[in-house]
Amino acid sequence: MQQALRFLGPDAEALDHPDFIEQARQARDGSNAPHRGLPLTIRGLRKSFGSNEVLRGIDLHIPAGQFVAIVGRSGCGKSTLLRLIAGLEKIDAGSISFGEETRPEDVRVMFQEPRLLPWARVLSNVEVGLGRDRGSSDAQSRAAKALAEVGLDEKRGDWPAVLSGGQKQRVALARALVSHPRILAFDEPLGALDALTRISMQRMLEQVWRDQAFTAILVTHDVSEAVALADRVLVIEEGRIAHDIHVDIARPRRRGSADLAALEGAILRDLLHSADETLEQ
Amino acid sequence: MSLIEVLPRVRSWRLPRAGGLIQWIVPLAILLLWQVACVTGFVSSRVLPAPSDVALAGWRLLRSGELEHNIWVSFWRAGVGFVIGGGIGFAFGLANGLSQLSSKLTDTTLQMVRNIPHLALIPLVILWFGIDESAKLFLVALGVFFPIYLNTLHGIRTVDPQLIEMGRIYGMTDGELFRRVIFPGALPSIFVGLRFALGIMWLTLIVAETIAASSGLGYMAMQAREFMQIDVVVLSILIYALLGKLADSASRALERLTLSWHPAFQK
Repeated sequence: MQQALRFLGPDAEALDHPDFIEQARQARDGSNAPHRGLPLTIRGLRKSFGSNEVLRGIDLHIPAGQFVAIVGRSGCGKSTLLRLIAGLEKIDAGSISFGEETRPEDVRVMFQEPRLLPWARVLSNVEVGLGRDRGSSDAQSRAAKALAEVGLDEKRGDWPAVLSGGQKQRVALARALVSHPRILAFDEPLGALDALTRISMQRMLEQVWRDQAFTAILVTHDVSEAVALADRVLVIEEGRIAHDIHVDIARPRRRGSADLAALEGAILRDLLHSADETLEQ
Repeated sequence: MSLIEVLPRVRSWRLPRAGGLIQWIVPLAILLLWQVACVTGFVSSRVLPAPSDVALAGWRLLRSGELEHNIWVSFWRAGVGFVIGGGIGFAFGLANGLSQLSSKLTDTTLQMVRNIPHLALIPLVILWFGIDESAKLFLVALGVFFPIYLNTLHGIRTVDPQLIEMGRIYGMTDGELFRRVIFPGALPSIFVGLRFALGIMWLTLIVAETIAASSGLGYMAMQAREFMQIDVVVLSILIYALLGKLADSASRALERLTLSWHPAFQK
């Protein structure tokens, strides 16, 4: 990431204020009061697929509104944890509770693939996110507002096939945001994007999280992304939480700053160290 | 199967304005060559009549009302047989694509029946139905059933499971999931089945009418053969070609209308 910015030289500053973030600010000024996030408590969570035990007892409390990043090597169980939180898989043992009664619309997931319906226009794709309110009379205007929040208002009548990868992910983000979720889970949402689009999307994620104050859970393999965005980084190894690191770096964070890089280096060393141990065994 | 069948029709090479005309250059050139070959005596008119003679025969039959009647009868048989067979095939495709139980119950049987060439049933069908209308409808319906069934089933089974999961996460009911995700996802494949079925529809009908009928295009051709009216025989064959083209164009137009989201159909 540092290298990418250095490579860009003076133009890198432009990334601080891409057009769509400006548009998002304008859209936000007219929006209603931020919705509060939900706290999340996980106790003794276990999950196996066949004989393969993926999660071996996870205990975790996430306060309302926190931005948590979950990192780990592939196959460590981070995506499974996210899918359990989102209710996409059945729990084998343990519990996940949100502190209060939730509606399905309160918990939303964004995946690595945008998963847009190719046969629906951009605006109707966003409307899908309204859940049970899809048929309501203000569905269109709510979807249009969410689309404006990600700066894609002018694409509302297009087919998803004509959008770029980053634009598709922004539509998927609008679809996740339209119901004003109180927990938003991201499963490597930027994994398939190019470096520049990633950086602007990271800024957008941070922006909407600050505006809407939901609890954010980001699964990623990119440690620099984790430390740039999160309040707290969880490192998962072999189905357990191996490290729980609080990122006490003030926002807005400057990408490539010394303290972010130091933290990233420390986490990467941990990950590589345990990887080496596994290899030696 | 579905997308590969659909994709080659990206019309990138077509000239924008002459597009409608350019496809007729080859058929017209063939007609012209044919006419020249007949007029110069290169081809004997007893082997192959000139296009002008075929046109005259067409005009004669059109004035007597025979042609119109026979085309209409064939068209009606094809349409009714198609709707019955296609409808049942579509229903089975949906049921077996959506329900495990239904699939386990009927798919094996259908796959067995599928491997019997349906035209092999003609002797049996004549014994059952005589040379009545129902015999032709039965054969057409049977022929049309399988391509529609197989491609509907294939289309539903290959809908992106990630999209279905997305639909469930966003709280779609079963009905909504079908309407907004599964059916549109299966549609390209269903159209492939539709176009196969249209081809089989004409084939079956002509064979059935040639063997056992007292009206229709196939009957007209067979009767002309009895009287050595080779121009009428050739006329019938040309009409098949035109009707086939017509059916194909209709299904393409329907495809363009309903699959406008598909990258292959975007201008």
